[in-house]
Formats: sequence, structure tokens, C-alpha cells
Amino acid sequence: MTGRTRENLNTNYLNYVKTQDPPTKHLKNCAAAFGVGGLICCIGQFIRYMLQYAGLTGDELAGSTSVILIFLGCLLTGLGVYDRIGRYAGAGSIVPITGFANSVTSPAIEFKTEGWIYGMAAKMFTVAGAIIVFGVFSGVLVGLIYLFV
Amino acid sequence: MEAEILAIFLQYLKAFAVGGGICLIAQIIINFTDLTAGKILVYFMLAGVVLTAVGLYQPLVDFAGAGATVPISGFGYLLANGAIKGAERGFFYAITGSLTAASAGVTAAVVFAFIMALIFKSRTKRN
Amino acid sequence: MKKGNTIFFKNRPCILSHAAVCGSKEKEGVLGKYADVTLQDDMYGESTYEKAECKMLSAAISLAIKKSGLGEDKIDVLLSGDLLNQIISASFAARDFKFPFLGLYSACSTMSESILLGAALVNAGYVNTAVCATGSHFASAERQYRYPLELGCTRPPQAQWTVTGAGGLVLGRAQKGIKVVNGTMGAVCDFGVTDVNNMGAAMAPAAAQTIISHFNDTETSPEDYDLILTGDLGALGSRILKDLTWEKGYDISSRHVDCGEIVYKVIESEFQGGSGAGCSATVLNSYILTKMNAGLYKRVLFAATGALLSTVSSGQGESIPCISHAVQLEV
Repeated sequence: MTGRTRENLNTNYLNYVKTQDPPTKHLKNCAAAFGVGGLICCIGQFIRYMLQYAGLTGDELAGSTSVILIFLGCLLTGLGVYDRIGRYAGAGSIVPITGFANSVTSPAIEFKTEGWIYGMAAKMFTVAGAIIVFGVFSGVLVGLIYLFV
Repeated sequence: MEAEILAIFLQYLKAFAVGGGICLIAQIIINFTDLTAGKILVYFMLAGVVLTAVGLYQPLVDFAGAGATVPISGFGYLLANGAIKGAERGFFYAITGSLTAASAGVTAAVVFAFIMALIFKSRTKRN
Repeated sequence: MKKGNTIFFKNRPCILSHAAVCGSKEKEGVLGKYADVTLQDDMYGESTYEKAECKMLSAAISLAIKKSGLGEDKIDVLLSGDLLNQIISASFAARDFKFPFLGLYSACSTMSESILLGAALVNAGYVNTAVCATGSHFASAERQYRYPLELGCTRPPQAQWTVTGAGGLVLGRAQKGIKVVNGTMGAVCDFGVTDVNNMGAAMAPAAAQTIISHFNDTETSPEDYDLILTGDLGALGSRILKDLTWEKGYDISSRHVDCGEIVYKVIESEFQGGSGAGCSATVLNSYILTKMNAGLYKRVLFAATGALLSTVSSGQGESIPCISHAVQLEV
């Protein structure tokens, strides 16, 4: 029997705990997320313009922009800067593609103490693996739907 | 010339507003639920896939540029777009199209993460 | 002798010596002046954080033995545990010593459980001396229970900070010194809290239950104690504990101190204070016992609390069962 099914699931207590929760700073959090998220997108836009200037177009342009942003995300993670930005900016640094890079790099760096194969390589996608799995699966679904509809 | 600069400035403004707006929605969801970073990433990516599939994300990309492609929903857009384009070419490409389109991002993440793991060590935090 | 859940020790098991090791962040607070060893670097000269945690624990044990004036051959048993899977820090630290080792797991309340069991063994005369020790490390706890260190995620306002540190003490029979008068064994208590970031709220009911059963069994009231010391409830959990005991007719607010609340110099507004096995271990073994020896506190009820969860159980949506053991210390 688990704690949930037993009578000790004390609704009164849980409601009481909610009233004791320290307040979330909604305004500050949201402003930081908006500002940092927007800024990262502007950097993306800047890189895009630069690459466009260098003569890239189409898929190559879009792909190269993400590659550079991912590189920046990985580098800042390695330097130990990205987690600081993340603590301040919240979703502002999680949602952009650099956050994806961060979620791949951080376990890779963290778990290399457990070996290169079962540590670094196997645990690289502990957080980001879900994105690949659901991304590929939903992508295949969309492809099939468009094929048959 | 002036019009060109104004257009570029406007494009930055649009990228900032749309990209920041997507992050803002995520932050509001985090504030009011207890979703963790990993779940937020998956949901936003799926939202990107669905919106692209129903044809709503492409206009946003045309409007905001990097503002719509840089957030993780842009990754979903990339996947779905690849699949849709692949579907025009046949069954095989309908299935492989999505990951083909996203290969640049995934490859970059793996390669750079590997390099960073070679160079850096995780450090403890003090605050 | 046992009454209710409380064991009374008649043969004066005493704390012969104590030692604490604390990390670089912790030394800026109250621990800095009272800990025996403070680290410059949280790696402690080791290659991984787990090894550093093990080395801290080992250092705390050997320092405590050294300060007791007894040789290692005079120690009969080591009671120790920690937060890592399969209590590796404690078992690996025990490699460094020749005496027997009994591994304990009671999460953050390992310190009070080890004192309780050690005092029982010494009191019964089965052993002459026992070493009780535990510790934790921020970085190793973080990667086991939460996320990789470099992952840029926000800490919710209920979150606590795992203390980097270890503490140990030697128990034996003596005529003078701080004696362990009695110990109250706690029952596991689960009020259905599932939020792993809100440990204070999960653990407070367990602390309240043990403290109240201690008052009942010993027929004492909060006023009889100079200090009621809880482990790592944090600011939020402490508020809840005071409310819960007040509801049952015990007002502990003027006597209660939480190790997690005092361990850091400034509690930043977004954090609730320290946590982890090392939190109560370092504070008790440095500041509190030193002040008891100096006569500032005469009677202390030490009730550390532990959350008995694992990443597997919380992944399966289980609520967090918690425990608290209390020992009464007297000069």
C-alpha cells in the first residue's frame, strides 16, 4: 500500500502547507524570462543576418544558425556560466535552443567521473533524450498524416 | 538605406518580442505548476510540432524570424516541417524527413557536448 | 528502561569528544569558528565529489577519536551513514578504520539515530565506546537527487541547500561531560507531501510527532529544555513545526532552533536554509556541543529529521515518508 492510498493522505495538511509557501516572485521571474529569452532570440537573429551576409540561404542558413547557438550554449555551460544565467532567467534560458544545448552538455560534464561510455556518453541525454524521443516520434506521425491525408 | 536599417531594427524587435513572449509563457507555466525544465522543453517542442502541422507556426516564423526558430518550439517546427516536406516525396521520406531536418541541431549538441566534457569539469556552486 | 517510544539510559553514556568538518560556503557562517577543519575547496583534494564526501567523513571520525584521547584500538564500533546510494561514503570511510562498522540509513536524521543506537549499546555495556558520524556534500547530493550541477534550472522558493560537511562524536561511559539521557525512536510519518523541493513541509509532521511523544514519555514540557534543536526543516518547515506542536498544546517557539536555519550566515530570501545529513551533524558537533561544554546550554533535545525518499520513489509519484529520532543531551 502506498502513501497515497492510505488514509494519511492528509488533505487538510496539504492545503495548510500551500498557505505557508513562500510567495513566488511572478513579476520579477516573468520579466527576467521575457528579457533574457528575447535577448537570446536577438542574438540568433544577429547570427542569422551575419550568415546571410556571408552568403548562406535556406536550410543551410537556418541549420548553421542553430549550430552556432548550440555551440554558444555548450561553451557557456562548460565555463559554468549558463547555470547562473538559468537561475536568474528561468524559462528565458531553458526554452531557447541554447537551453537544449545546456541540458545535453551538463550531464555529459557531470557524469564523466563515472567513465566515458556508461557515464559521459550514456547519460548525455538524461534530460534532453525525451526531446529527441518525442520529437522523432511526433515528426514521424506528422509525416505519415501528411502522406495519407 | 534608412528604410533598410529600419527594417532590420524592426526585425530585431519582432524577434525579441516573439522569442521573449514564448519564454514568458513557459515561465508563467513554471510559476503556476510544478513542471520541471525537462518537461517544459518537451511540451514546447511538441507544441511547435502540432502548430506547424496545423499550419500556424509557419506564419509566426515568417513574421518573427529567429524569435520563432530559436526557442525549442522552433526545433519542433524544424522536425514537423521536415516531415511535411518528406511526405511529398513518398513513404520513406515521410518517416525520415523529420530527423533529417533536425540532424544539424542534434549533431551539434552531441559533438559540442562531447568536446566540452573533454575540456571542462563540473564545478560546485556557492549560491 | 523504555516508556512509550523512549529509551532511558541509566548508565551515563557520555559524549567524550566531537569533531566537525565543513565546506567553504559553510565556514562563512556560524560553523567557521567552531568547526575543526574548514575546507578551502569543496573537492578536498580529491578527483570526485563523492570521494571528497568520503574523505570529510573519514576526517571527522579520526579527528573525533583523536580528540577523545583514546587510541583507535579502544573504539569498539562505528555507527555511520550518509545520503548517497548504498551509503557509500560511510562504508568507504569505514575502510580507513580497523574497528567494526554498522551502516545506518535514516537520511538527514542519521546523526540522531546513530547517537540513539550508540548510546543504547554503550548503556547496555555491549560496547565501551562507539563513534557516531555522518556527512553530506552539496555537489554529490545535487547530482543524485536533483539535476547535474551545470544545468540552468531555477530553484523554487521552497528549496534548501545541502550542507557540505561531516560531523562525528565518540560515545563512552564517563562521570563528566555531556550525557545522553534518553532517546525517542520515531515512527515513519507520511502526510502525503509529494513536492521533493518542499522537504520542510514533508518532514515537519515527523518532527512534531517525535517531539510530542518525547514530551509525553518523559513527562516534560518545552520549558524544561534550553534548546529544542531540529535538523534541517528550514525556515518554512520550522514555521510548520511550531504550528503543529502548538495545535497539540505545546508551545516550542521560544526554545526551538533549526540547524538548517542557522548554518548559513545569511539565508537568502529564495532559500529556506541548509539541509542534508551534514547539516545537523556539523552544527551539533561544532557549535552546539562546544556551547554545551561551556555551559551555555544545559539541556538540549536534538531531533533531526530525515526524508526517506529516493529518485525512483518520487519518479513513481510516491509521497515522501519522513522520520525523526530525538535524543536528549544534558551537561
